[in-house]
Amino acid sequence: MAGISSYGVHIPRLRMPLSLAQAAAGKPSSAEKALAGSDEDSLTMAVAAAAQCLSGQDRGLVDQLYLVSTTPVFAEKSAAAIAAQALNLHGGVLTVDYGASLKAGAAALRAAVDAVRGGTARAVLVAAADMRTAEPYSAQDLQFGDAAAAFLVTADGPLRLEADCALNRPLFDVWREADAATVRSWEERFVIQHGYHAALGAAVRQLLETQGLRPDAIDAFAAFAPDARSHQELVRRLGLEPARAVDPLFGRVGNCGAAMTPLLLAQALEQARAGDRLLAGFYGDGAHAMSWRLERALAPAPGRIPLARQLAARIPVMSYRTYLQCRGLDVNTPPVDPANGISATVHFREQEADIAFTGARCRGCGTEHFPPTRVCYRCHRRDDFEPAPLAQRGGRVASYTKDHFFPAARSPVVAGMCEVEGGARVYVQMADYNGEPLRVGQPVEFVFRRIHRAGGKPAYFWKSRLPGGAEENHHG
Amino acid sequence: MADSLRDKVAIVGVGCSQFGENWSAGPEDMIVDAAFDAYADAGIDDPQRQIDAVFCGAVYPSRGTAEVAEALKLFDIPITLVQNYCATGTDAFRCAALAVAAGMHDTVLVVGFDKPKDRGVSGPSVAFTSNRGLPMTPAGWFSLCAARYFETYNVGRVELAKIAVKNHHNGTLAPKSMLKREITVDDVLNARMISWPFGLYDCAAQSDGAAAVIVSRADRVGRYPRQPVWLKGVAVTLGRNPQSDPDFDFLGWGPTRSAARECYRQAGISDPLRQIDLAQVHDCFTLTELLTYEDLGFCPRGGAKEMIDSGVFHLDGDLPVNTDGGLKSFGHPTGATGVRMLYENTLQLRGAAGARQVPGATTALSHNIGGTPQACGVVILGV
Repeated sequence: MAGISSYGVHIPRLRMPLSLAQAAAGKPSSAEKALAGSDEDSLTMAVAAAAQCLSGQDRGLVDQLYLVSTTPVFAEKSAAAIAAQALNLHGGVLTVDYGASLKAGAAALRAAVDAVRGGTARAVLVAAADMRTAEPYSAQDLQFGDAAAAFLVTADGPLRLEADCALNRPLFDVWREADAATVRSWEERFVIQHGYHAALGAAVRQLLETQGLRPDAIDAFAAFAPDARSHQELVRRLGLEPARAVDPLFGRVGNCGAAMTPLLLAQALEQARAGDRLLAGFYGDGAHAMSWRLERALAPAPGRIPLARQLAARIPVMSYRTYLQCRGLDVNTPPVDPANGISATVHFREQEADIAFTGARCRGCGTEHFPPTRVCYRCHRRDDFEPAPLAQRGGRVASYTKDHFFPAARSPVVAGMCEVEGGARVYVQMADYNGEPLRVGQPVEFVFRRIHRAGGKPAYFWKSRLPGGAEENHHG
Repeated sequence: MADSLRDKVAIVGVGCSQFGENWSAGPEDMIVDAAFDAYADAGIDDPQRQIDAVFCGAVYPSRGTAEVAEALKLFDIPITLVQNYCATGTDAFRCAALAVAAGMHDTVLVVGFDKPKDRGVSGPSVAFTSNRGLPMTPAGWFSLCAARYFETYNVGRVELAKIAVKNHHNGTLAPKSMLKREITVDDVLNARMISWPFGLYDCAAQSDGAAAVIVSRADRVGRYPRQPVWLKGVAVTLGRNPQSDPDFDFLGWGPTRSAARECYRQAGISDPLRQIDLAQVHDCFTLTELLTYEDLGFCPRGGAKEMIDSGVFHLDGDLPVNTDGGLKSFGHPTGATGVRMLYENTLQLRGAAGARQVPGATTALSHNIGGTPQACGVVILGV
């Protein structure tokens, strides 16, 4: 047996008001889309969702990690391997990067269930994250959003995969060549009609038919959709009650690509009651429909931040240029300096500290150090330390500055000392800062972010962040 | 072990180039200007014969020792480059004093120089060679005490602004300073932010420049025309890193306290506010000067605000600080700064500081602190 035992989502705090992308005096509205900050990418968002998913779970049991994205950080090199390190998974974890197809999440979930059923893994972590870039000011620019969702599949997971149906229907509907920055698409009516409705509609109908289920047997339908209208139309065509369709979050998150169905399945799980049947519809070069049954309520995870709170913690950007800078598309931003960047050998030596955020605790006097060191600051004992994982412990602001000088898409950059709960002091930047008043002693959490891309090498480290639900404050 | 260089070594000549954005001057030009200024001051007319060794200090040298040797055409003598963050110039001077006191050399030239304006950036350049420690700007490092200090002692940007106003005023009186412009507290408060709480006027100007001093031993000072200015104490210390020290209190900088303690011991200083007549302190940022008042023991911890408000550190106060405008206004070519302070204190102690002269000064202190910050140097001179 196998099923989903936990889930987590990550909605970036930045939001782009869609009015900024409606070049020709578009309709004024409060609609917006979630926007990965300039220090976020598919890897950091996947790690954030996975950390939510692992809240209260035993990380030591995770034998496999699947990272799912059509916007992977690397064409050659595993982002999943870095994610496993950032998440402090055990060294024997099997890591896989799923990608290319918008419906890759279904394949990953299916493989996770198979691995656990087959006994090759005790637990499999599946994390999907996407941040697709549309042609600026195009119709897709108003639809695409950035987000991530993650699931933990275990033998006793109460959300069981009852059945699934995959259809292979290759089509030039939406695509992106390996070296292209933005997604391209064919004429919209063709894409929706002969792609989306034809494939996803067929997969769902076939699944219901083989299972002998009527549409009203579905309690929640988590369906990918390119836009809100197509989503409504699909629900109507399938004969599902609109109330049973999971809110596709257009106008708030947007079409988040390979992460969309996972995000909506997680949203459905937040509301689901024991006995509910959740139907997940994935689309991309065909479709994949999965029927999940919640056999009993999921174990509560107090550390997990609910979707509603993540949606409420918003930082609207004030200009389209900020959006372009976050995407690396701003022509006025200097290109990455190829001569600069972190030394691979230095990174090799320091990755436990920088990626896993592990400090060193002196066995003599208990003092924690970050970065790890060989001689204790307080008792001067040599080489007598044990690892001190810091990432999951909160901390407090010890001192800070707001640096307006450091080149960044959003200024100022807050940096300073934080005291990790019960231990080390760390010098870190603050992520997602939005002009909130700061004071010494203020609580912070730690988040995994991309620090820079100098030398064409994305460099990752941890930042502090004010906990979710920070008061909203317009800032650009 | 505790020994002292007190009254064993004297400064017998000083020189300084014009500080500023010296677009048309290279390091060679400034080294020559400063060294030949010092030769003239010491009555040296045959440096290859009369200078026995050189200690130079620079933080961004292109070639270091060879630059100095070739600029001055001084060959076949020891030339050593000293580097110790912003205490570089002071440490080069300390090495020279030790070499002279040890009897190894009779006359040693100290040259501090830096040429940051060839780097193409208006402030410090931001290097992305690591993923920790960023933003990695000096303003970010030196502002680390601000939040905690402000909350603890009810101090704010206005007190810092008063320091910038004072140093800008003093800079107008120093012929070789970079900035000669009076400013107001409002100018400081309204300037664009660099790194909170530092606005533009809270930050020292990055500038080009070179300064030189010539030191000799007590038994030889009669050979030089000027009144000797005696070394009373010198200390350089390297303290804990505020970014990793588990016991750091964010209320001041430890290296200044340890260097001052040692320097005061050598010089016999027990009441610095009374015994020291003037001081050049490291004002890379206004807060650095404020914390230094306390770290040097000019006032108790938390007492700086009252002293600033009462004008103690003004040119006409009880203990004038940064009489030539300091790093803020005279300029801050990192390797030159410590040596420039010795230049100013020497002029003051000889009574040759012109419009900014502190009347009757007999004891003068100079102080540098640099890095995150961790390296500190303190020198006391007297006549």
